Amino acid sequence: MEKDVLILEDVTIRFAGDSGDGMQLTGSQFTNSTALAGNDLSTLPDYPAEIRAPAGTLYGVSGFQLHFSNSDIQTPGDSPDVLVAMNPAALKVNLKDLKKNATIIVNTSAFDAKNLKLAHYDVNPLEDDSLEGFEVVQVPLTQLTMSALESVSISIKEKERCKNFFALGLMYWLYSRPIEATVDWIDEKFGKLPLILEANKKALMAGYYFGENTELFTSRFHIEPAKLAAGTYRNISGNEATALGFIAASVKCNLPLFLGSYPITPASDILHELSRHRNFGVKTFQAEDEIAAIAATIGAAYAGSLAITTTSGPGLALKTEAVGLAVMTELPIVIVNVQRGGPSTGLPTKTEQADLLQSVYGRNGEAPVCVLAAATPADCFDMAVEASRIAIKYMTPVIMLTDGYLGNGSEPWKIPPADSIPEIPVHFAKADKEFHPYERDENLSRPWAKPGTPGLEHRIGGLEKAHITGHVSYDPDNHHFMINMRQDKINKIQQDIPDLEVRGDQSGELLVLGWGGTYGAITEAVTKATKVGYKVSQAHLRHLNPFPGNLEKVLRSFKKILIPEINLGQLAKLIRMEYLIDVHSYNVVRGLPFKASDIEQKIIQMLGEKK
Amino acid sequence: MSDKTSVIETHKLTAKDFASSQDVRWCPGCGDYSILAQMQRVSPDLGIPKEKFVWVSGIGCSSRFPYYMDTYGFHGIHGRALAIASGVKIANPDLSVWVATGDGDCLSIGGNHFIHTCRRNMDLKVLLFNNKIYGLTKGQYSPTSEKGKKTKSTPFGSIDYPFNPIAVTLGVDATFVARSIDRDPKHLQAMMQRAAKHSGTAFIEIYQNCNIFNDGAFLDFTEKDRKADNIIIMEHGKPLVFGKANDKGIVLDGFNPKVVDLSEGKYSVNDVWVHDEFDRNPARATILSHFTEMEGFPVPFGVFRQIEKSTYDGDTHDQIEGYIKVKGKGDLDKLFMSGNTWTVE
Ligand SMILES: Cc1ncc(C[n+]2csc(CCOP(=O)(O)OP(=O)(O)O)c2C)c(N)n1
Ligand code: SF4
Ligand SMILES: [Mg+2]
Repeated sequence: MEKDVLILEDVTIRFAGDSGDGMQLTGSQFTNSTALAGNDLSTLPDYPAEIRAPAGTLYGVSGFQLHFSNSDIQTPGDSPDVLVAMNPAALKVNLKDLKKNATIIVNTSAFDAKNLKLAHYDVNPLEDDSLEGFEVVQVPLTQLTMSALESVSISIKEKERCKNFFALGLMYWLYSRPIEATVDWIDEKFGKLPLILEANKKALMAGYYFGENTELFTSRFHIEPAKLAAGTYRNISGNEATALGFIAASVKCNLPLFLGSYPITPASDILHELSRHRNFGVKTFQAEDEIAAIAATIGAAYAGSLAITTTSGPGLALKTEAVGLAVMTELPIVIVNVQRGGPSTGLPTKTEQADLLQSVYGRNGEAPVCVLAAATPADCFDMAVEASRIAIKYMTPVIMLTDGYLGNGSEPWKIPPADSIPEIPVHFAKADKEFHPYERDENLSRPWAKPGTPGLEHRIGGLEKAHITGHVSYDPDNHHFMINMRQDKINKIQQDIPDLEVRGDQSGELLVLGWGGTYGAITEAVTKATKVGYKVSQAHLRHLNPFPGNLEKVLRSFKKILIPEINLGQLAKLIRMEYLIDVHSYNVVRGLPFKASDIEQKIIQMLGEKK
Repeated sequence: MSDKTSVIETHKLTAKDFASSQDVRWCPGCGDYSILAQMQRVSPDLGIPKEKFVWVSGIGCSSRFPYYMDTYGFHGIHGRALAIASGVKIANPDLSVWVATGDGDCLSIGGNHFIHTCRRNMDLKVLLFNNKIYGLTKGQYSPTSEKGKKTKSTPFGSIDYPFNPIAVTLGVDATFVARSIDRDPKHLQAMMQRAAKHSGTAFIEIYQNCNIFNDGAFLDFTEKDRKADNIIIMEHGKPLVFGKANDKGIVLDGFNPKVVDLSEGKYSVNDVWVHDEFDRNPARATILSHFTEMEGFPVPFGVFRQIEKSTYDGDTHDQIEGYIKVKGKGDLDKLFMSGNTWTVE
């Protein structure tokens, strides 16, 4: 039966099921194949903190959302066009997020009395009118999987577990995705378990052919490849990009990379990724806690490595005192904070931007550090290189902020040729002239003297140091001088970072200013508002301490400034404080990225009639 | 500087070459002076080039130590010396990394790092300055202070049971565990030399008198009139005898040690427990470590146990070399292109 192929521009799909149903795997496989089909894409994995919450429960639902298109896109999509619901709980939890006439593909096999009860459904929603307006496609996914695997001699449980591959196969057919990459993946992953390998592959193919043969679907869809800039691409998550960025920086500064880290969601994947690359000389040290992790990082920097530590909010809190030590000893380290919902343990698997003030100010004493923030998953690569460059050039700790959404989310990354990444010069102190550990160069940096170099034996530490000699000093004037010196050094970085760019008119009524992971949502909102005639410009900060040199000028060029943040207005505070310029905060702190449409509404509300 | 460098290469170094220009600021009479002097004395003869020494410390009186050694030095933050030192050593295994730490620094705020450093067998030399008191903060009790001790923070006597640092260290299977004392320079030097030669975590508990806040804490082990009956010097392959006339010995009855009189004729030196530093089984060393809490037993000095194990920093290095052999040296372009890629024309 030949079916129609309908051409779509843009689709948002959400896979949802039990946290044990393999939804993250299904989503990332679909993402990978979609990338290979040449679409632009953006993803939003959203999973509970429990690894395998009790099956069928509302709080155990795990989701993976993917937005893909034939043109440049910025966000994982505000609301899905399609939901694949593996059980009643997945339907219930996700229904409110769907577009008005969205398609819902439900696994009817899971809609039994027990699962309905677990999802607090008194009446089966497939049998009343609660799904009116949606296009509901009922597929007994589990049952179909079981019969497809009849001949495979594995347990019933194991067969049932293959149903996500059946669903994936069906979606591949429905959206005309290439299937080969997933087949290869199954081959590699289950090479040692031939029966499981066979079962998963069979389920995947069965799902695909089910689409072709069933009468449930009269047509399938096709999304043309996106017209991205020429180049070679791969799909990359923010955490992967961060890891690769530091390996690149280590090659470019010709120093071995040291990572001291303690596992914490959602930052652990950086540790995992870097641990794999021993052939780049990467030394990963899984420490006993975050304090040991940063302390070892400081030690490694002292010994002459490019040294970094990775963590999330609670871990940054533990590292606080040691960041101060790195400020005092003026050693180059990078601290990556993949922000998550706080305070305390907060929402470990959800995203948030509430560690900005902690990063800029959260230390005892006057302890300025450089703070950067990545804007998109792929931008994490560039910011890792930038953080390393600044740390080494200015002999300072640098805090690089990403967040759960950037870290776990992914997008196509235009792979740069390695030789297009600038070298990072390193000048270790030499014993050819008199050596003073706290002498300063034109950047106000002190020399980096590597232990093992004859003639440069010296002592550093957390006690205040005398200017130039570096001897312990309690002299009041020296302390005042050094406090200012450390601040001046950080301020000086401003001359070495790019000016803030404004997208749209360079002056006017309204500027939307953002930082970090909200870039995509703000960009989409501003683009849409502009399309319908609103005069609104956009600027996005990647350097947060110090700010770009032209920031004040940019801000003064607009009548109103809107700052959307996933916190209670932390950048807004900094801006007011620094420039005495008032701004409008837009704050939604739900553990989720902004919806572009919400920001667009806010823009329209602020501009009113002023088109 | 270049002149000085060449001088360093040609003339034999002495203790003076390891003394920095900084005035030593410990209280007059503090046991820390002796520890510093012994370290400066042994350093030239350890076969380690001066520039390869790195001294790391935390916070406390004892942690000022690195400022007084004319080597590379890092005065860290309270409790974190071992973690900082671990980073130095992993980054450059060529360095000889030494840690000066206090009983509060190492066992209270730094307790976590201490057990994990020993567990990993990180190749660090650790000198624990145990004065059984918080010196720098002016005299509060520490994790090694005896129960009942009256200090500023325990006017009614401490109700904490103390740590036994040697037993803790043996418990986490540290590979070199020894005890010495500030007032026995020769013994202390010998322990420092042994630690320097050991590959892996080498731990020396050094009894150190704080004459300001805990004066006389170790008099039983230093005063001529009582010393001999209160301490026992452990030496490998030698019977565990002590006393003014070497007339007492330790006999092991199953797991139970006994102090016996060798002059009465009932026991001879042949019955006495012979110390084996290299015993893989930690049981005997552990029994020795608890003499400090046992009424009538002498306090052991010397090496409790020394075993061989690969080190964390060495294993890191080996894994890297091994993987490079299999995979070849990392290539950035290849790394970027790994996984699924596609090309837009
Ligand atoms: C984070 C932190 N907490 C507390 C202190 C205060 N402090 C400094 S040294 C010290 C204890 C020192 O005792 P010990 O380690 O035994 O060294 P000693 O002075 O006896 O050699 C304390 C509590 C500090 N410097 N930093
Ligand atoms: S307070 Fe005690 S330990 Fe500290 S320097 Fe004085 S005597 Fe030594
Ligand atoms: Mg002490």
